[in-house]
Amino acid sequence: MDLAQKTVFELSELLQKGSCAPEDVLRSVAEAIRTKDGAVHAYVDFDPERYLKRWKKMPKTSSRLWGIPFAVKDNLCVRGEEITCASKILKNFISPYHATVIEKLEEKGAIVFGRTNMDEFAFGSSCETSCYGPTRNPWDLERVPGGSSGGSAAAVANDTAVFALGTDTGGSVRQPASFCGVTGIKPTYSRVSRYGLIAFASSLDQIGPLTKDVRDMALVLEAAAGHDPRDSTSADVPVPRYSDFLGRDVKGMKIGIPKEYFQKGLHGLHGDVEEAILKAVKVLEGLGISVEEVSLPLTHYAINVYYIVAPSEASSNLARFDGVRFGRRSEVPSGMLDMYERTRGEGFGAEAKRRIILGTFSLSSGYYDAYYLKAMKVRTKIMQDFNAAFQKVDALITPTSPTAAFKLGEKMNDPLEMYLSDIYTISANLAAIPALSVPCGFSNEGLPIGLQFLGKHFDEAALLNLAYAFEQSTDFHRRTP
Amino acid sequence: MKGDASPEFLTTIGLEVHAQLSTRTKIFCGCEVRFGSPPNTLVCPVCLGLPGVLPVLNREVFLLGLRAVLAFGGAPSKLIKFDRKNYYYPDLPKGYQISQYDAPLGRGGFVEIETSGGPKRIRLNRIHLEEDAGKLIHDAAADSSLVDLNRAGVPLIEMVSEPDLESPDDAHAYLSTLKSVLKTIGVSLCDMEKGHLRCDANVSVRRAGDAVLGKKVEVKNMNSFKAVKAALQYEIGRQTEALGKGEGLYQETRLWDEAKGMTFLMRSKEEAHDYRYFPEPDLVPFFVTQEQIEAERRRIPELPRQKAARFASAYGLSAYDANLLTQDEEPAEFFETCAKIYPDYKGLANWMTGPVSAYLNEKAVSLSQTRLCPETLVGLLQLVKEGSLSLQAAREKVFPEVVGDGRDPKEVMEKKGLLQVSDEAALDEWVAEAIRSNSKVVNDFKSGKETAAMFLVGQVMRKSGGKANPGKVQELVRKRLLETAGPA
Repeated sequence: MDLAQKTVFELSELLQKGSCAPEDVLRSVAEAIRTKDGAVHAYVDFDPERYLKRWKKMPKTSSRLWGIPFAVKDNLCVRGEEITCASKILKNFISPYHATVIEKLEEKGAIVFGRTNMDEFAFGSSCETSCYGPTRNPWDLERVPGGSSGGSAAAVANDTAVFALGTDTGGSVRQPASFCGVTGIKPTYSRVSRYGLIAFASSLDQIGPLTKDVRDMALVLEAAAGHDPRDSTSADVPVPRYSDFLGRDVKGMKIGIPKEYFQKGLHGLHGDVEEAILKAVKVLEGLGISVEEVSLPLTHYAINVYYIVAPSEASSNLARFDGVRFGRRSEVPSGMLDMYERTRGEGFGAEAKRRIILGTFSLSSGYYDAYYLKAMKVRTKIMQDFNAAFQKVDALITPTSPTAAFKLGEKMNDPLEMYLSDIYTISANLAAIPALSVPCGFSNEGLPIGLQFLGKHFDEAALLNLAYAFEQSTDFHRRTP
Repeated sequence: MKGDASPEFLTTIGLEVHAQLSTRTKIFCGCEVRFGSPPNTLVCPVCLGLPGVLPVLNREVFLLGLRAVLAFGGAPSKLIKFDRKNYYYPDLPKGYQISQYDAPLGRGGFVEIETSGGPKRIRLNRIHLEEDAGKLIHDAAADSSLVDLNRAGVPLIEMVSEPDLESPDDAHAYLSTLKSVLKTIGVSLCDMEKGHLRCDANVSVRRAGDAVLGKKVEVKNMNSFKAVKAALQYEIGRQTEALGKGEGLYQETRLWDEAKGMTFLMRSKEEAHDYRYFPEPDLVPFFVTQEQIEAERRRIPELPRQKAARFASAYGLSAYDANLLTQDEEPAEFFETCAKIYPDYKGLANWMTGPVSAYLNEKAVSLSQTRLCPETLVGLLQLVKEGSLSLQAAREKVFPEVVGDGRDPKEVMEKKGLLQVSDEAALDEWVAEAIRSNSKVVNDFKSGKETAAMFLVGQVMRKSGGKANPGKVQELVRKRLLETAGPA
């Protein structure tokens, strides 16, 4: 078997024993990218020799991540590398510093090995708003990989990355994981430092890995998580060794199904998806887990709240892309205002502009109370909804997305339809709770379907163990395009 | 145009003062705060606002701000939270300034100022924390502007007064008092030349009897206390004139042009920014503890006004002198050290507010930058008091060398041959000689011409080469004249 097709766990067994060298793994992944990424376009920048050089400086560690290459979404800063958020406005910007998550993974001996495509500034659910052009779904090249971390998900699914980092503001890790048939997590807000993540919506953003299975997820997350003095919002809560929790008995655990997520006709839940979820429920019940219906009454407000809060914060976060200090500046502006208008007008794509305008409006004097302030209040209520549900159950399950991967161009002209594809994932960001997507079946067209586990704050260990138990009883995660 | 509103018009002024906090590092990163470094050398990814960075609050900033709130008698907020103030300008790296909006660090409090009509309380509306922006350097020749971000992220407090000031003099007194308090409590060095203290003014004029305030005009770009006063005088004159002519006034922002001595329209109300404030999601709100409040309270030393009151009562000084001496900590402390070894407090105060203060102003230095020490100043005063040195010689000939070169006053006096002759025997001889050789003058005196005595004093002074103690000479001349004259 090709090294590039192996999991982190499998590779680390070989690497630690010396059966293969990191260089063998890197060459294998580089070769996979060369032969297989052309059609998928998961990577926006790849130069194996440069990345090999970067690795050579690193000492050996006993970590499971030692010698493991990983792909990085184009919104996480890697010192000395270009970073663009798939936007023209940042083209040729070289980050002078490392994101904390990169530092932490490199410390363990993992190796940055290429940048992956995304929706511009993570605005999108299809990877189609990238200035580099779209990424395609390895399972069906006519379809999107999901977004915004579409490149990362596609690379892992296509065996052109052993694992990848994504970011999730409203489902941007989980939805593409679901579309591409891989595992993706959005940790508890504040679990992984955001330092070096180019912000979309600061109060919602979390960095989350995409992996080939749950065990790999545990290994990567335990290395990536933890307090960071450079991120005031990062939690000073100890990080358990998630991998130690895997395989613990799940018998007697309780899982809730939010009934609002399955209401007929609502959110366009596809029959194939519903069927796959109901089958997953049977699998879980077979493991001795009790599955019961719970209620999250405010579910239908989540999208509304999200599309106030996220664009508001984004409109402010994107103000720094003004052409003054870095990135692209419009040529020969006629004055200061013209410099701003043309730089931003030419640099941002349509979806970025739409969200900046939306957010600017929501925060405007006279509208702030009616929109942003009210949305934040509802957000608190949504959080309380979840807390109430978690009084009764250990975790919740939902579909990750109402459909399997849709076709390229299918929703590009209907932003609202595109926004609605995040219906199941958005609440976890609003409530700051951890959420994990694992493959749980295939649609009639042979496309992967994702099952989402939602957990209590900082209870990633329980989520991972539940997902692991599910995964061990199924083989969806082993299937490849 | 006149600088003051005539009695039929009333002026209302409110000031917004930004004071730079005296921290070693910036408010949200570890960059050093230092004045005069080469452009863009005190910067890092955080204060440059590079993509992906996050702010981390420097705790010292919050504690210094808290101390200021307490010193002015304001109520500290229980919850510390920050907000984003969004606007575009090339000196603002992130496109927003991290500031405090609806939960300022402190509310209320007051600044007590001295006015010609007696002390007056100027209420404070709020004190809040925020970060400074960078600096633009306009290069007219190159048709471009350069950005220096050394100052970006330097911690500030903004102090907003209520519209309790009624004249440019009030405004000046307010700023002086603010400055002396902030310096005393160690919150800001208040070095004007380094931009530590900056002020915007809101000013409106209305007809006496009008219940509603006039249209508020904001005046910016005043770089010194003097400029604030001049700009306010101009603006009051402009508004008064307009009202007098029945012209309309508008709510607007105007810029003070120091060179032209005028204000110019910067933007009208319609063009005012919508700052789109919202809570800064990158900083977690936290609560102020009672321990922190108490600790900062303990760090507040005796404030200038308390000190002035004590100086007036303990040293028997006039309110005026006591105020002058206590504006800054250094002269106040200097005075107190001197007072321990020199009990003529009034005389001491005269020297401090007179020659010493004049010297400091002229050289634009502080006491500690001179060579003057309490021992030498007191030594000098004692020479004058015991009659060895004339007041004039002390001020003009000895003091400059004592203060400038740190010389011993007695040595300077002796070296320059300024010792006064106060010895009665020696003086008596000169007086006797003057009386002997000026019989006409003596007769004039006898016939009641008082000024004749002064002529004789002058003669003795000349004879002594200026070294005779004029007080003593005068005393002796009068005594001897009365003796020689005998009963008229």
